Amino acid sequence: MPTPAIELKNITKAFGSKVVANKNVCLTVNYGEILAILGENGSGKTTLLNMISGIYYPDSGEILVNGTPVSIKSPKDAFEYKIGMIHQHFKLVDVFTATENIILGLKDTDGYDIKKAAQRIKEISEQYGFDIDPNKKIYEMSVSEKQTVEIIKVLYRGADILMLDEPTAVLTPQETRKLFAILKRMKEDGKAVVIITHKLHEVLEISDKVAVLRKGEYIGTVITDETSESELTEMMVGQKVVLNIDRTDPVNPEPRLIVAHLNCMNIEGLKVLDNVTFTANSGEILGIAGIAGSGQRELLETIAGLQPMVTGGVQYIVPETGEIEFLRDKTPMQIRELGIRLSFVPEDRLGMGLVATMGTTDNMLLRSYKKGRGLFLSKKEPKELAEKIIEELQVVTPNINTPVRRLSGGNVQKVLVGREIAAAPKVLMAAYPVRGLDINSSYTIYNLLNRQKEQGVAVIFVGEDLDVLLGLCDRILVIGSGTVTGIVDARTASKEEIGLLMTKEVRRNEQ
Amino acid sequence: MNNKTHKEPLFHISRKDTPVWWKRFGIRIIAVILALIVSGIITLLLTKLNPIDVYLTMIDGAVGTTRRIWALIQKTAMLLIIAVAITPAFRMRFWNIGAEGQVLIGGFATAVVMLKLGGKVPTPVLFIMMIVAAILAGAVWGFIPAFFKAKSNTNETLFTLMMNYVAIQLIGYFVLEWSVPKGSGQIGIINQKTQEGWIPSIGHNAYLINVIIVAVITILVAIYLNKTKHGYEISVVGESQNTARYIGIDVKKVIIRTMILSGAICGIAGFLLVSGQDHTITKDTAGGNGFTAIMVSWLAKFDPLWMVLTAFIICFLQKGAGEIATMFNLNLSFADIITGIIIFFIVGCEFFINYKIVFRKSEKEVAA
Repeated sequence: MPTPAIELKNITKAFGSKVVANKNVCLTVNYGEILAILGENGSGKTTLLNMISGIYYPDSGEILVNGTPVSIKSPKDAFEYKIGMIHQHFKLVDVFTATENIILGLKDTDGYDIKKAAQRIKEISEQYGFDIDPNKKIYEMSVSEKQTVEIIKVLYRGADILMLDEPTAVLTPQETRKLFAILKRMKEDGKAVVIITHKLHEVLEISDKVAVLRKGEYIGTVITDETSESELTEMMVGQKVVLNIDRTDPVNPEPRLIVAHLNCMNIEGLKVLDNVTFTANSGEILGIAGIAGSGQRELLETIAGLQPMVTGGVQYIVPETGEIEFLRDKTPMQIRELGIRLSFVPEDRLGMGLVATMGTTDNMLLRSYKKGRGLFLSKKEPKELAEKIIEELQVVTPNINTPVRRLSGGNVQKVLVGREIAAAPKVLMAAYPVRGLDINSSYTIYNLLNRQKEQGVAVIFVGEDLDVLLGLCDRILVIGSGTVTGIVDARTASKEEIGLLMTKEVRRNEQ
Repeated sequence: MNNKTHKEPLFHISRKDTPVWWKRFGIRIIAVILALIVSGIITLLLTKLNPIDVYLTMIDGAVGTTRRIWALIQKTAMLLIIAVAITPAFRMRFWNIGAEGQVLIGGFATAVVMLKLGGKVPTPVLFIMMIVAAILAGAVWGFIPAFFKAKSNTNETLFTLMMNYVAIQLIGYFVLEWSVPKGSGQIGIINQKTQEGWIPSIGHNAYLINVIIVAVITILVAIYLNKTKHGYEISVVGESQNTARYIGIDVKKVIIRTMILSGAICGIAGFLLVSGQDHTITKDTAGGNGFTAIMVSWLAKFDPLWMVLTAFIICFLQKGAGEIATMFNLNLSFADIITGIIIFFIVGCEFFINYKIVFRKSEKEVAA
């Protein structure tokens, strides 16, 4: 009989009267077990863990730790109950070393003994198989190393209950495997592990039990060995969805965008793009795969005219005439004035693609506000466009003037993609367009991209889920540390092949 | 685990939906009433005066006679125009706290034209030159910090603050230089006999033209911010410079253009103060309104039309509080205490519009 670490009884949390993030959630986490919490985006997974870790306080319900009802008012309280949370967004000080970050904020009566701390970090690392240099500074670390620091941080504080919010979102397949091995070791050590994810195959691989949330409601807990991918999907979305993306063959592909020998530097003068060369064809989806931060963002932003290039060039071939326009050193406005129909769905939707505090109509205006003569704005067309997008893409919003930051992630993305597609692009670039979206919204986006492809648009799709890339794209360009490590045919390539290409450059640099 | 650890906190704070307008209005009314009660108690404790008398005196001081009403309207108008002037910059998240200096330098330019050209050119020409000089001076004072912000990302708050002192010292120097009689340290009333360059009275109303100009500018700025392409660009730059860049807005151009506008309107405010009210220039011509205007603009959530109300409330309180100080022979700090309490409640009640406080329930119940 396993010992329960945490029991939740009828936990409810609402934000305002309309948004109920968690409703009567009851679940149990046992020691020596890995529990996966599965749910679409906006189903309340993170909110639930935030209540256990003391960031939010439940409106009603009870939390029991080791069988005793407790009140967790702050993360400090959570640590007293030996609960540690690893957030999706790391909370580390960049200029500090791993050790300094780990002991930061600890009340140590002996004073800060860095050497002693480093020694303990080493012990913890050896015990669970972490690979970390305690004296390395955070800004020199890869995403996976930063995550390791976060995990050691909670272990150092003596956590027996670990909660990880989407830990694999930023990792390569190889790194994910390593993390899972560590989690299994923790479980064998008797710790209780809770992991949030919406990747089904990972749930099946790592967890002992799966708790499913849907729209804030607790659906149920199943034992992983006794369930299947289709059953979990059904619990998650409430109805059976076909996990298939229709892929048509490209019709008359011809070069539309030629990127040649592109080199780019960031503000610190570090090379972020190194001799990138590729061609995007009309009527084709070109996928870009790579570990997060390998230069994907810089690549798209450079093409869009948001970042200067050091050397190299981008050529746009005008579909009607076959003429070549050079995009180098042009601002987004100049590119648009040339009549080049380039649409861009940036990674940072609310911080770059949209204005968070404005409504749908005013966000439509972003692309068209300059239209028409005179000083005054014309809101008629944007309003019609907003209404059309809301209707066609089924955007859930109280009205067209509700600030888009109050919409859920999927609806925000529909507004953004809808606007970019409405510009009737010839080249459509989308960076992580389904990140954080639930299955239904993701499919809406895939279908939109596919329809653009069928209409002869050259689509560039930067993605992180290799299954999706392999299912949606025609060709996949793999980028590693700013260089192109390979271009593969998405119909024949395997996940392992791409995974290896993704890490190829990184390994070379490490030697 | 001891008993102490399992205790719900006495209350916790959670966000709520924005209430309907009459509830929001009600909350604010309650805040004002509470403010009056609290300051009434404090009045009683500190001065042993009857709070009702004090409040009546306050109202009397602000609107007791036609003359006082007009003085209040003029005061409100002058505060309003400065608040309206800084609003475009504030909407852009450019924290322009240099309105004081921009107003002063605009007033100074007006005074220079009045002094040096009054009686030498025809009156209409004189007025045009005064207005143009005021607008240019204010615009330059707005342009300088904006230029450096756009070019090298300097801190606009410090920069505009420092520009205030430059304006004050410039005026200090020339006031001494041109003082009448020499060495008195004052310019005195400019063109007192001829009244050249004075905004004329309409009927007996010395301030009517001022008030009309301010009303027109307020409406124009409201339209500019809400209905024009420039206004839209300002909002986008203010919310997210990345989005502005993404969509192709020239952020630097917008910053400079908006600050020139902001400074130019401050310049007009300076013109109105010198030509329409004081008929002289001193280091105190702006009288701190450049700073009070920040509060006016902020309280109105950067909406020029609401600023009419917020500027009025603040001027009403200042006038009224001034009156109690003289009537009851109290010092001016006491008036400030009363004003402070009332503004504290008005600002503080916004919290209760956006959040609710959930108190610990005596018995556990399952939430619906």
